[in-house]
Amino acid sequence: MSKFEFIQGNEACALGALKANVQFCAGYPITPSSEIMEILSARIYENKGRCIQMEDEIASMGAVIGASVMGKKSITITSGPGFDLKQENIGYASMAEIPCVIVDVQRSGPSTGGATKTGQGDIMQTRYGTSGDTLKIVLYPSSVEEVYTTTVKAFNYAEKYMTPVVLLMDETLGHMRESVDIEKYDDIEVIDRQKTTRSVEEYKPYVVEDNGMVALVPFANDEGYRYAINGMHHNEKGMPDLRAKYIDSCITRINDKVELNQEDIFDSEKYMCEDAEYLIVAYGSVARSAKEAVKKLREEGIRAGLYRPITIWPFNYKEVGKYGDQVKSIVVAELNRGQMYHMIVESVGKDTVVKKLNIINGSIIKPEDIIESVKETENVHR
Amino acid sequence: MYIDNYIKEEEFPLFICPGCTHGTVTNAFVKMADELKLDKNKTVLVCAIGCAGRIPTFLDFSVLRVTHGRALAFATGIKLARPDVNVIVFMGDGDAVAIGGNHMIHAARRNINITAIISKNAIYGMTGGQYAPTTPKDAMTTTSPFGMFEHTFDICKLVEGAGATYVARSDAYNVRHLQKVIKNAIQHEGFSVVEAITSCPTQFGRRNKVSNPSDMLMDIKNSTVMQAAAEKMTPEELQGKFVIGEFVNIKKPTLDELYLELEEKISQANIEINADDVK
Repeated sequence: MSKFEFIQGNEACALGALKANVQFCAGYPITPSSEIMEILSARIYENKGRCIQMEDEIASMGAVIGASVMGKKSITITSGPGFDLKQENIGYASMAEIPCVIVDVQRSGPSTGGATKTGQGDIMQTRYGTSGDTLKIVLYPSSVEEVYTTTVKAFNYAEKYMTPVVLLMDETLGHMRESVDIEKYDDIEVIDRQKTTRSVEEYKPYVVEDNGMVALVPFANDEGYRYAINGMHHNEKGMPDLRAKYIDSCITRINDKVELNQEDIFDSEKYMCEDAEYLIVAYGSVARSAKEAVKKLREEGIRAGLYRPITIWPFNYKEVGKYGDQVKSIVVAELNRGQMYHMIVESVGKDTVVKKLNIINGSIIKPEDIIESVKETENVHR
Repeated sequence: MYIDNYIKEEEFPLFICPGCTHGTVTNAFVKMADELKLDKNKTVLVCAIGCAGRIPTFLDFSVLRVTHGRALAFATGIKLARPDVNVIVFMGDGDAVAIGGNHMIHAARRNINITAIISKNAIYGMTGGQYAPTTPKDAMTTTSPFGMFEHTFDICKLVEGAGATYVARSDAYNVRHLQKVIKNAIQHEGFSVVEAITSCPTQFGRRNKVSNPSDMLMDIKNSTVMQAAAEKMTPEELQGKFVIGEFVNIKKPTLDELYLELEEKISQANIEINADDVK
């Protein structure tokens, strides 16, 4: 059975969330993400869930965490300026280990920037935006179909690793329409958070289970698991505690659980990379132009390849780093002043030529821009 | 004793200063929780930052302690996710009406069935004694070294104006009254707010020549007037006094009732809402 639908990236995101059994959505309207909350406000009832438009971005992030603490899969949707405001409570979710999904349909920034203009300026703020050391999972699809599957994955990772997960999109991807066969994914894996193996008497919320993850029993349970959750440094019982061993172990755990499971979390697409002499690194909507550029360059006899991270954080420095020895040069094409550029430079070492291709005028990067950029680096080697 | 069933004594010592009356509010709540036989497994306490925000972590309930000012935002998600659960939010005055002011007025507007207990000591105690939006005129604080010169909030009028359906003020001196209004607030269907006037000898009293905790309590006694007595007083006589009593106690559909109504409508009509319809 297949049924093709011609839908927007934003619609695919809402449908993916419903597929993952989202039961709570709180948001605040912001272009270019608004369609996602609009659709969920009409359809979350299919999952016996509720959707609320909160008074601000801060409150919507808070409400999402509150609902998740009660055991509901929860989502909030925003764009760059809203993500700024949500950072406070995203940090809380990292610290207290509360699963939730935050969608950021990026627009041109900084500040109000351009609500209807595309951009990719949030690569670093999703990684480093909150105070202290946290490592969230950040995913970034590049087609409408992949938005659907990646939204389901975002919930799966949140529930599995007890952490906030950010789904990055961009205005282009959010508003772009493509034909998608959703029914193909009827049996897509949906993961729910694990239950504790411990009895009420032996339960301590921040003692990890066998898989290394905490199992926070939803509040107000009939069994009588009662405990405190704190954004302050806390001990195994969840109580405020500023002793060095608890501060250290908590910060280590919330970072390690993501970093050390990179093999499970990291995903990337390698397009014609095997014999590539020239590598293009691109993600999100830009990767679409990059793929086109690879095809055209190949037609001209230039062996180009595309490396597209789908998981932005935790970034796999090793995987892209190995191209340092293989290729003559790397072009990093981004709709910002060069954010992933730094990650690539760090990955490949000083001997590889890494060139930035940045468009920061609110429009897309066209295949010709990338072709030109690759040829510029090619000249360096001739 | 009733209190033993609710306090996590193994977590002592408490962090609060001698003479602090936030504990009086906690005690009043616990006593009423016991009287109402609140099911510990069906009650969630939410609190945030500051002295008033930390105390509930010592109570044997499910306790979510969150970011400064955001307790009501988190509580909204909790209540919508589990409407069958009692949600009680503990806040200080800075928490409730300074940084959390927006959440306060919108919780009131929605008439969400949550109880907010605000301990008003008119100072930021935990951070060292800075002025709050409730600090009285001329009071000395670390950020008003020449005396408080800004206007203050009347929390009860604020939340009444925003739509709260139960609003009461009480204080740490009139404990019986405080217990009564906390009990009524918890039983109330809708957004209920109790403003409890408390005292901070360490950060407020010390700088304002009333550092003796019992003198501060007497100050509360002398600056408060029961509602019935206040009705017979002139505005001049009421100058500088806080009226103690229940100011609002009305019925209005709660947010949960409105959701239930909507959900009933959706299921009855079996409305097939297509994603395209909402654009």
